[in-house]
Amino acid sequence: MEKLYNILWLGLKELQSLMKDTVMVIFIIFSFGFSIYSQATGTGETIHNAAIAIVDEDQSSLSRGITALFYPPYFKSAEAIDADAIDSAMDQGHYTFILVIPPDFERDIRSGRDASVQLNIDATAVQQASIGAAYIQNMVQTEVQRYAGGIPANRSLEQGLVLRRAFNPNGTQAWFRSVVALGDQLSLLTIVLTGAALLREREHGTLEHLMVMPLTAFEIAVAKVWANGLVIFVSFTLSMLIVVEGILDVPIAGSRLLLLCGTAIYLFAAAAIGIFLGTVARTMAQFALLMLLTVMPMMILSGGMTPVESQPDWLQYVTWFLPSRHYISFMQAIVYRGAGLSVIWNELLVMIVMGLVFLGASIRLFRKSVLVLK
Amino acid sequence: MAAEPETVVRLSAVTHRYGDVDAISKIDLNVPSGRMVSFIGPDGAGKSTLLGLISGVRKAQVGEIEVLGGDMRSSRHRNRVCRRIAYMPQGLGKNLYQEISVRDNLHFFGKLFGQDYRERDARITRLAGATGLSPFLDRPAGKLSGGMKQKLGLCCALIHDPDLLILDEPTTGVDPLSRRQFWTLIEELRGERPEMSVIFSTAYMDEAEQCDWIAAVDDGRILASGTLGELRAKTGRTDLEEVFVALQAGDGAPSAEKLVIPAFKDELGEPIIRARNLTCRFGDFTAVSDVSFDIAKGEIFGFLGSNGCGKTTTMRMLTGLLAPSDGVAEIYGHPVDANDLSTRRRVGFMSQAFSLYSELTVRQNLVLHARLYHLPTPDERAQALIAQFDLADHADQEAGDLPLGLRQRLSLAVAVVHDPQLLILDEPTSGVDPQARDAFWRILADLSRQQKVTIFVSTHFMNEAMRCDRISLMHAGHVLICDTPQNVLAASGEEELEKAFVSFIEKATGTKTEPEAQTAPEILSTKPPGRNPVRDSWRRILAWSNCETLALARDPVRVAFAFFGSLILLLIFSYGTSSDVTDLSFAVYDRDQTADSRDYLSNFQGSRYFIEKSPIHSAQEMDARLKAADITLALEIPEGFGRDVKTNGSWQVSAWIDGANTLRSATIESYVEQAHSTWASGLSSADALGNFSMLNRHRYNPTSESIYAMGPSVPAILLMLFLAILMAVSVTREKEIGTITNFYVTPTRRLEFLVGKQLPYIAIGLINFAVMTATVIFVFDVPLKGSGLALTIGALLYSIAALGFGLLVSTFTTNQVSAVFVAAVLALLPTIQFSGMLQPVSTLEGSARLMGSIWPTTYYMQMSVGAFTKGLSLSSMVPQLLVMAIFGPVFLFTTALFLKKQEA
Repeated sequence: MEKLYNILWLGLKELQSLMKDTVMVIFIIFSFGFSIYSQATGTGETIHNAAIAIVDEDQSSLSRGITALFYPPYFKSAEAIDADAIDSAMDQGHYTFILVIPPDFERDIRSGRDASVQLNIDATAVQQASIGAAYIQNMVQTEVQRYAGGIPANRSLEQGLVLRRAFNPNGTQAWFRSVVALGDQLSLLTIVLTGAALLREREHGTLEHLMVMPLTAFEIAVAKVWANGLVIFVSFTLSMLIVVEGILDVPIAGSRLLLLCGTAIYLFAAAAIGIFLGTVARTMAQFALLMLLTVMPMMILSGGMTPVESQPDWLQYVTWFLPSRHYISFMQAIVYRGAGLSVIWNELLVMIVMGLVFLGASIRLFRKSVLVLK
Repeated sequence: MAAEPETVVRLSAVTHRYGDVDAISKIDLNVPSGRMVSFIGPDGAGKSTLLGLISGVRKAQVGEIEVLGGDMRSSRHRNRVCRRIAYMPQGLGKNLYQEISVRDNLHFFGKLFGQDYRERDARITRLAGATGLSPFLDRPAGKLSGGMKQKLGLCCALIHDPDLLILDEPTTGVDPLSRRQFWTLIEELRGERPEMSVIFSTAYMDEAEQCDWIAAVDDGRILASGTLGELRAKTGRTDLEEVFVALQAGDGAPSAEKLVIPAFKDELGEPIIRARNLTCRFGDFTAVSDVSFDIAKGEIFGFLGSNGCGKTTTMRMLTGLLAPSDGVAEIYGHPVDANDLSTRRRVGFMSQAFSLYSELTVRQNLVLHARLYHLPTPDERAQALIAQFDLADHADQEAGDLPLGLRQRLSLAVAVVHDPQLLILDEPTSGVDPQARDAFWRILADLSRQQKVTIFVSTHFMNEAMRCDRISLMHAGHVLICDTPQNVLAASGEEELEKAFVSFIEKATGTKTEPEAQTAPEILSTKPPGRNPVRDSWRRILAWSNCETLALARDPVRVAFAFFGSLILLLIFSYGTSSDVTDLSFAVYDRDQTADSRDYLSNFQGSRYFIEKSPIHSAQEMDARLKAADITLALEIPEGFGRDVKTNGSWQVSAWIDGANTLRSATIESYVEQAHSTWASGLSSADALGNFSMLNRHRYNPTSESIYAMGPSVPAILLMLFLAILMAVSVTREKEIGTITNFYVTPTRRLEFLVGKQLPYIAIGLINFAVMTATVIFVFDVPLKGSGLALTIGALLYSIAALGFGLLVSTFTTNQVSAVFVAAVLALLPTIQFSGMLQPVSTLEGSARLMGSIWPTTYYMQMSVGAFTKGLSLSSMVPQLLVMAIFGPVFLFTTALFLKKQEA
């Protein structure tokens, strides 16, 4: 019982300290407000405003028809350029795609000869390149077939295909992006906040003072976890309700309660990692570097940018140890697929275990690290 | 004195407030020059503020401050006059760089004042010789004892032969021996340069009594000023402490009835503390060696010794913070055990450095501790302590804003919050004014005699030592003598404890510890300042760089992280972020089961993109499997598909795609459409039409592998984040530690400071760039087709830009935590999301587009990707280079604009 009170009072102290730090408070609001919003909306749709140019050496009605296929929002209107400008235009990155329609293209098609167009793709823009190329291929192919009378004018090649996106019928980017952004901000803020709070106490000698009081390392660490976790949790909940559901209009398919529970568990794991880093690092500069080494992989490899199954096999084993990977997969299951506890319990379990492991390791190292500093 | 002495400092109607509290108000004061001047007064009287204003560290608010014949409010005058002023802030070694060596510290200050190597070397040799620092020139400043640190601080202050030396409580926390050496040193220097004025503040009345001129400060006002004789005449008392009390007149008659502590009666019980052969070793260094003593219940045990002799280490062993290497410490008959919470409940501890929460108020600190000890009524207890320790005027002030003496009082209040039976106090009265110290000891006496609290206290004040029941004198880890003060005096044959102290230590070391003054001090030419402004300016820039570099070199972990960290991240990201969507799991729900349907599906089954899972048998199953993320694509072929294909064109297939990850679903969609179109056009090309095909030329990245895009992009991200955060932390650290004072009081200009700080990190940036580029070329096999020179220039400009951003962050942050936080939060978003790695900036929208366009990473990434994969030449990268060249200076000048050259 006394232990619980200790944890409570120490945590309240943590909150008092945080509230005095205006810069921190402003940036927490910034991170969960503006930052989420701009990440969710800023990146537009998967193919959006792609820059395309056309080298029309045919100048036929078919080639003009193809040129007219490209218009916003997927593509910028196609610009006509000369064949000898292709290289420099691509080098400068003016266009992602340049479509070359050879002379006599229309005639060849009409007379039954094989004909081809060439699509130059700036493959350094990997994502746009592959999706965009497929779009262009389909659009041109349909146009050619229609022109040649292969298919009725009112029917396209894809017509036989009914594509249905489960969980996000319109493929709205903001749905996906906002949730990933939330996860990223959670990882970053929780780790920085708890780790730095601990390190700061150590640098200021207040931790040493706590260590001569009837308090255990466990109580000190847990107090930091709950207090900082709570701040982030509240910010998260508000951001979820106001920014994500409210402003961005992202529907949450599953149970909000379950989502918040899972988030609390993830916060525990992330805060434990923060504490661990704060225990290991000797100076704030070291902590900053360690934090980058931890948070950046957590953000980039969580599956929010690249789906986990697209990572190389060896890396998948590594990322399994990132709690953010489990959290992002948990979040996606709840928010989009409306999954229930039965589907995602294993992710939660993994996060709990990770949190416990890091917390345990920190507590073991605690006393030693307090003294090492001096 | 016949002629009116010249004035070095003239204050008129000077007021300074922090928030709504007046630290000093309407002070008028003329300080004569060429004198030894001391400011005395209780804690919080405004002494430090006054000294700060005179030195130019603090920005003047109201009133006129004239120092060395000019107005300190004018930055031109400050800049000119700072070469003639030296300022040493309060706190042991507060303005020294703890990581770097004594010699490097001295060189640093010499360089800031434009001295060349020969001059510096000569001065250092002389100053170090005079202070006895010569043997320790290569030791890091942080490893010096407190007294040594103050001597080093003095050397640093004296390196440019100042005409006005300002010392803020220079001997606080310094042992008697070092203190004596310190003042002898100053006396000698004044003998050499009699024109030098010295102004210092002190809590030691004996130090003030040695002065030519004294100003008594109380409650933000000057009570009186003049020579000791004048003050004595004014009050009719001789003892300076009594003089001061008399000057405070308003408070009525001096309350100071002498504190007499009743004699101690040993109850002959078990000793409360029993130390047996305590030894503590750190590596080769033995901090405490074979220390034994017993302390009885209710005894006040004084622990004396020079700085760094092992007192603090012994105390830490007693509190269980440190495990002894040898020997036993017992408290209440139990060996000290770090895990024994019940012992800790009976012990109150006060450490040497202030270790309470500076961001909490006095009351909040007390309440917190009362709660942590589970007192029944924490608020009442806090209130009682506030009254007892006379903290009522400051109860709701933040602890960090309190002057040192009040903080110490608060620390003691916290230490006794739970009525402990044993108090372990490490220099509790260091920096506390005499009256407050008396009050403090009254409390201790009361605790000891009335409540039988055992007190173990270390101190540098001999009058306090005399009040102890027994004292123990420690030197170099050994206890020299342990007895009652009277017996110690008797054993030494001296009359004063201070002399006894010195003689014991001299006996122990076998030498006279008088500093050997250099016999023939060289007369060094003081070059007129600013003779070659450009050279001096560069010298200052390099001084800051060199200092930063040395500090970095002392922290190999940081350097290693900076290099290996980026390497590891480069490897992980380059392999891990791939937009090649492959191995998609799909399943078919074939309700037709004809040759046509199987033909259609074979299109997918053979693809390298798809992996087929077991077929689906019902619509519910399809839903469930998508939900469980077992499959990402389900193909549904309706009944009658085969028939429709043959008879009419109205056949239809449904594809269900997991749309959770929109990027991936867009890719899957395009794969599905492609496979579908191929099959569909196969149907229609039965007509005699020409076959159409599209040749895709994947330029720059023929195999369309992510690594070609990622390899060159990731270094751009890492350089930005590592450099920006390291830079922000580095500058903010100066602010938090207090070394920023060196920027305030030396001739360093804003840009010199900023550029100097940047230089070492530019080197780190470029080395990092080289390592990462080599990794991309040799490990990832991505050839560098374009101009390496252009890329290197780009990396240089980019590093400067990233560091500039870090500098900018540092102007808004006051502690390292928020520096890390703000730099990371602000930099991560545009660097990773909006710089073109994921999506070309041209496709972004709104604020994201804006952020992407004004963020240096965008341009460097274009360059890096261009140089690697597109084989761009220097000339074609000129636009990006030009844009990047703008960022660094813009950040730098903006920072300079916001950077303050004085404290508020």
